[in-house]
Amino acid sequence: MSVSIDQAFALARQEGRSAFIPFMTGGFPSPEACREIVLALDGCGADVIELGIPFSDPLADGPVIQASSKQALDQGVTPASVLALAAELSPRLKAALVVMTYYNPVLRMGLQRFAASASQAGVSGVIVPDLPPEEAGPWLEAARGAGLDTIFMAAPTTPPERLEVIRECCRGFLYYVSMTGVTGAGLNVDQELARGVARVRQGSSLPVAVGFGVAEAAQARALAGLADGVIVGSALVKRAQQAAGPGQAAEAVGALARELAQGLAQGPSV
Amino acid sequence: MPRLQPSSTEPRPWSQQPDQAGRFGAYGGRFVPETLMPALGELAAAYDEALGDPAFQAELDELLEHYAGRATPLYEARNLSANWGGARVFLKREDLTHTGAHKINNALGQVLLAKRMGKKRIIAETGAGQHGVATATAAALMGLDCVVYMGTLDMERQALNVTRMRMLGTRVEPVTSGSRSLKDAVNEALRDWVTNVRTTHYILGSVVGPHPYPRMVRDFQAVIGREARAQILARTGRLPDALMACVGAGSNAIGLFHPFLDDPVQMIGVEAAGLGLATGKHSASLSAGTPGVLHGCSLYLLQDEHGQVTEAHSIAAGLDYPGVGPEHGLLKDLGRVSYLTATDEEALEAFMELARAEGIIPALESSHALARAKDVASVLGSEAMVLVCLSGRGDKDVAQVAERLGARLEK
Ligand SMILES: Cc1ncc(COP(=O)(O)O)c(C=O)c1O
Repeated sequence: MSVSIDQAFALARQEGRSAFIPFMTGGFPSPEACREIVLALDGCGADVIELGIPFSDPLADGPVIQASSKQALDQGVTPASVLALAAELSPRLKAALVVMTYYNPVLRMGLQRFAASASQAGVSGVIVPDLPPEEAGPWLEAARGAGLDTIFMAAPTTPPERLEVIRECCRGFLYYVSMTGVTGAGLNVDQELARGVARVRQGSSLPVAVGFGVAEAAQARALAGLADGVIVGSALVKRAQQAAGPGQAAEAVGALARELAQGLAQGPSV
Repeated sequence: MPRLQPSSTEPRPWSQQPDQAGRFGAYGGRFVPETLMPALGELAAAYDEALGDPAFQAELDELLEHYAGRATPLYEARNLSANWGGARVFLKREDLTHTGAHKINNALGQVLLAKRMGKKRIIAETGAGQHGVATATAAALMGLDCVVYMGTLDMERQALNVTRMRMLGTRVEPVTSGSRSLKDAVNEALRDWVTNVRTTHYILGSVVGPHPYPRMVRDFQAVIGREARAQILARTGRLPDALMACVGAGSNAIGLFHPFLDDPVQMIGVEAAGLGLATGKHSASLSAGTPGVLHGCSLYLLQDEHGQVTEAHSIAAGLDYPGVGPEHGLLKDLGRVSYLTATDEEALEAFMELARAEGIIPALESSHALARAKDVASVLGSEAMVLVCLSGRGDKDVAQVAERLGARLEK
């Protein structure tokens, strides 16, 4: 059985480092290769693994995750098949497993049924980027009932009053969106980002993980001193896309994941 | 045939919509990434403030009158009535506005709002190109930068409008993802907005998207119904028996219907049945879809059993969208508005019939409403009156229709 999100962050904290949170589109580049990728990520020092349930209209995502979602959907990947993959993998993982998807597939399966299936599959938490707290009441009830952590996002544009509302709904960790943009855009780890992360960490014990645009070990290292966790998605998905074939994807993704995990373990250079 | 609504003194559940959260019953709301939530709050507040400012309304009215050419005529199509052998038929001539479709009503309203909010850059999505052209026009007028997202399929079939937008100084961004049509253009526009939200206003072109868009776009389009109501009363001394409009995402239809909602008038929206509902190649979200969430609101949606949005199809690029705005969902569920469909072929026939009978070349979108208006008019008596929204003119469709009809055009 995989660990809870709280346990995953606690372990990283004990070891004096930020948690490493890689993302992979479920069923990409093929259902079999995705299984190998998740196992490789787990073996390369992932603390929490985010598995995406592909959606036809991923409006928070840039071109890389869009293309991977389309490729997975074209191969017949469904919410149920990604949750089945999670069920198969979770007992073998050291990392905590979370699922990321858009609201419509969740609604379509039914909130209760989705929450129950995710929970039974060993998933610890769920991220729904197009579901803000204002609309989340029914989902919170279903997810809490099934013992799932409900992960919400805060953005650089989030004012203080909203941050309070988001924190109230948020469990597991708070996902801080590094910039105004979509996944996979170029990221500058600068003063503004540092201030943004500090702002959302202040006055709350909820761990904060930063994502969107983190692509290299150097960026991960720079973020290590700022955040409780660092999320890397598009860069890993791109490695899987660029691999010679699905059979080589796990190795290619694993190589980058190892660099990123090492960067995080080293922490910021002084 | 849907029944005529009886007049009643019961409470009217369609009035006073939406609520504070942008809900029209079970539909609407705000389902967007967190980055956009504060901007939507600001937009809603700026819109409320503008509504309370007589100067804003005066500036908009002036533009609508002297720039866009309102009020548009309400034309009685006697030849069409004679052909159809039934009710009197009136056409609300949105095709005669500057830029040639109802879309200008909303574009002018929103561009004034953008200016008021201090935004320097405008983005929009477009399907038929009519909303893109209207937005490009309004942006040129106000001296704002403008980018319009358009699917490459639509750029091919509405090439004239692509050229018009470019002439107006707008950058047209080709969208190659998904079905390469309106739905994908909205995705891309939303991604741009997430990225540039601090400087940019997104002029959404129909009554979809997160709150406050469905309400705001409806309000800007309601000028159609307000004028039509006053015009028909002045002309005939009574209300029409039926209102009809095509339904893409729903803005011209709600614009016509809304000011009549409390009247004893039957209302019929016409969706695109494409190649036929049974083929699955259509855009009839209300007639054949189920409730879901897309592009920031809860609405009737074409989707598969897994919640993936399915591709819409229509010969009319402006109807080629897999959802219909939240207020229509409520009006359908309440039974206040009926929704019918017309196929590509029926729309083409209606397109030709209006051209030949009245000397008016309609947009393919509007032709869908005409196709069903024929059935409705022909079963009503000659005393009855049917008012159809002619949402746009067909110049943009001339090449596409000529190619489709080929030899049939030569007689
Ligand atoms: C002429 C015309 N009519 C109708 C529509 C459909 O949009 P709506 O349903 O929002 O009125 C369009 C959209 O491009 C259009 O150009």
